[in-house]
Amino acid sequence: MSVLTSLAQVQAAAAGVAQPVATVRHCHLAAAPLVMVPLKMAGEAAAPLAVMLGSDRAAPELLAVPQPRNRDLRFAFAAEFAKLVLEHVAANVGAAESLGEGKDGEERVRYTEAPQILLPNRGGVGFLRLLGRSTRFRRTEGPYAVEPAVPALGRWLTWYADRHDRPGSSLLLTMTETLRLHWATGQSSLEDGNLAALVGWIDPPDGLDGPAAARRAEDPVASPPAGPATDPTFDNEVLAPAIAAYDGAGRDPRAEERVRDALRGQLAPTWDLMWRSVDLLRTLPEGGSVARRWERDRDGFTWFHRSFAESLPQPRRDIAVRAARRLHDLERAQDAYEAQRAFDDPLVMIEHRLNGLAFGGVVVGGDPARLDESGKRPKLRPHLLVATGDPVRLDPGATVVNAARPGLKGRVLEVGADGVLVELTGGMGRGLVPAAGSVPQVGERVVFTSLTEGSFGPARFPEAEDTPWTHGGPPAEYVPTDEDAQEDWS
Amino acid sequence: MTDTAPALDRLRGDAPPRNHDARTIAALTANPGCARRGLMDAAGVDKDAVARHLGFPAPFGQSQFAITRGNGFEQQVKENGCAELLTLLRERAGLDVAEVAYDDLEVVAGGEGRELRHARTRALLGRALDGDAGTLFDHPLLKLDIAGQPAYLEPDVIAFQLAGRFHVVEIKSFAVIDGQAEPEQVAAAARQAAVYVLALRRLVAELGHDPARVSHEVFLVCPENFSNRPTATALDVRPQLATVERQLARLTRVDRLVEALPDGLTFALGEELPETVRAVEARYAPECMASCEMAIFCRDEARACGATGVLGRSVRDDLGGVDSVAAALELADGTREAPPELAELAGQLRTAARLRAEALQLAAAGGVA
Repeated sequence: MSVLTSLAQVQAAAAGVAQPVATVRHCHLAAAPLVMVPLKMAGEAAAPLAVMLGSDRAAPELLAVPQPRNRDLRFAFAAEFAKLVLEHVAANVGAAESLGEGKDGEERVRYTEAPQILLPNRGGVGFLRLLGRSTRFRRTEGPYAVEPAVPALGRWLTWYADRHDRPGSSLLLTMTETLRLHWATGQSSLEDGNLAALVGWIDPPDGLDGPAAARRAEDPVASPPAGPATDPTFDNEVLAPAIAAYDGAGRDPRAEERVRDALRGQLAPTWDLMWRSVDLLRTLPEGGSVARRWERDRDGFTWFHRSFAESLPQPRRDIAVRAARRLHDLERAQDAYEAQRAFDDPLVMIEHRLNGLAFGGVVVGGDPARLDESGKRPKLRPHLLVATGDPVRLDPGATVVNAARPGLKGRVLEVGADGVLVELTGGMGRGLVPAAGSVPQVGERVVFTSLTEGSFGPARFPEAEDTPWTHGGPPAEYVPTDEDAQEDWS
Repeated sequence: MTDTAPALDRLRGDAPPRNHDARTIAALTANPGCARRGLMDAAGVDKDAVARHLGFPAPFGQSQFAITRGNGFEQQVKENGCAELLTLLRERAGLDVAEVAYDDLEVVAGGEGRELRHARTRALLGRALDGDAGTLFDHPLLKLDIAGQPAYLEPDVIAFQLAGRFHVVEIKSFAVIDGQAEPEQVAAAARQAAVYVLALRRLVAELGHDPARVSHEVFLVCPENFSNRPTATALDVRPQLATVERQLARLTRVDRLVEALPDGLTFALGEELPETVRAVEARYAPECMASCEMAIFCRDEARACGATGVLGRSVRDDLGGVDSVAAALELADGTREAPPELAELAGQLRTAARLRAEALQLAAAGGVA
């Protein structure tokens, strides 16, 4: 973090209410996201207990496993869950935009929508990842056959969890992380992990301030945890007796309803919080580069969906080349995402101004029509003197761009007491007279930065069959095995 | 160390010393700078009872589902004289345990007194050290001195290899999936195992043998993937060992903390308890929530006096030297003059405050930079 976020936290603590750390929304919010609140059974790696999900806040679906230790009930749950997730996926397939022909002469398309999932927290992502891992290798025929939707669910969940690792992707968002990207509270990141406490700080209910709302959120009875872990007291005092009654009553539907009611009570408050959080995020205007990143998400979705039928489930572990490529992609995405956020949002750009890699101020002088006539042909090279109080750490010669219009490029000539002298080098039109409005006038506020988007070039990796011996040599081709398909899930 | 024992006993009041186990000893390594925790732990004060009495009970409940699962898994691994465990140690861990004697030390003939059980563990270990027998000890009872108080520890099993080294085996019920487990859980298990290794080494040394005969390599036995099948993973606990040893050495120096206390101070439950607890300085950080029963009380106290520590370690590091929210804000708006050592930070805070105000104003006006 930085002094800036720390200052925002200190301000929040003093004010008793969260403080903004963003002025625009840095993620895409779909018109109809699939909101999901999963619960797992304590002590088990990925035994689902229940999930509340849906795209209609007034009508959530509740899926529950009345006896989470029963394998058949667990797979029945997975099948029902699969149906709803696959419906959400299918609802976003349809219209596509043409991108022209690719190198191989085939027409490329991009779906105009993509299915977004919203979860309360990172724990939920870990749970979906494991649920995906435990279902994607299942077979739909032979011994231990499962419903066809189950392995499909596993592959989609695995894909979602992978996309979540990608900085700037909005396909699978977690609410606590997303809110923290936009607001700073007067509590630590540990407490911010509690969605109810975090929302309490950002938008305290009437009559309460942030700390009071957060305190109330820490009472697991008034405010059940947002999962996937359940409250131990709830487990011991409510859930365990209800499950025992279900076992004892010979799976009576009324006993099942008792388990479901108990779980509904735990999930409903978080369900409401999720939608309140969506409302809070919608109050912010969308950042300028969000649509472009969502385009990448739609590309990813289009590709995964169109190649789904002929692909195998994702292997347990990536082969070396794939892992290296993926890591490189993630680093590139991180780099671009950080730069884009700064360009989209002055409140993020100040992070770089504080570090001296950007500066802002008022144009106080210069020569807006200056021509450099030292070469064979004259070139348009206006000078701008920007008065700034920022701690500039750019050396003369550093390339900078205008934060509000990155097309306007320049070079730092001198950092002096009365300001920074910048020579503009591009983005002013083709002639020897700058295009109208392209050069900032005296009195205008400007921000220049050395930040560039996409400084990270693509890298070349060998094909899988050329994997060097240092990385284990060419990997064996992945073939799903019976062992994978029949793995215990107990 | 023994000199402070009476003083520590007095601190505890009439209550018997709270027993340490490997988990609580491992927790001693968290937040070493906290005098309150250091003192209460050294005196064996029942922090859970104190926190409850103060109205800030610790939220350390455990779900019966998790307990059932944990017990069930351990039982399964240990069934039939640790049959499953032996297979694992042979096949996966490459331990050469051929002829195996299995000793369950849980119950000693005629009673379960801790001294008695410890004596038997000691005797059997001594014989094993001399005789080089391949042995599995189940439920041994080890002893470790914590600031003058004996703490009894019960590792899950100790395997004795023919090559002449002891290995601690930790049985945990969290899953290892495709070779990976949750890092926090592995870290906690490693800290706990390190405490066992340390206690075992001390015992081996007392018996006149080379403590290095207790390996720093422990075996973590966990369910594999989503099944109940156990898998064993070797863990090198040298870093954790070093930390635990350093902390324990430090604990024995609580005499300095004790000296600074007013006479007659006691953590006995009563009306004066809040005052007593406040008299000993705490150093709250959000990490305390995971390991200390006093955490919620200390957090409340730290919040009430506007300490920056409650906002997390990153904030405390960023604002190094500025301990309170009010001071940070006054430095940021220039109403407090910064002492020379804080001049640089104060400058940064002022710039940060100006930049934030500008950017927010701009956003409110509906413009972009």
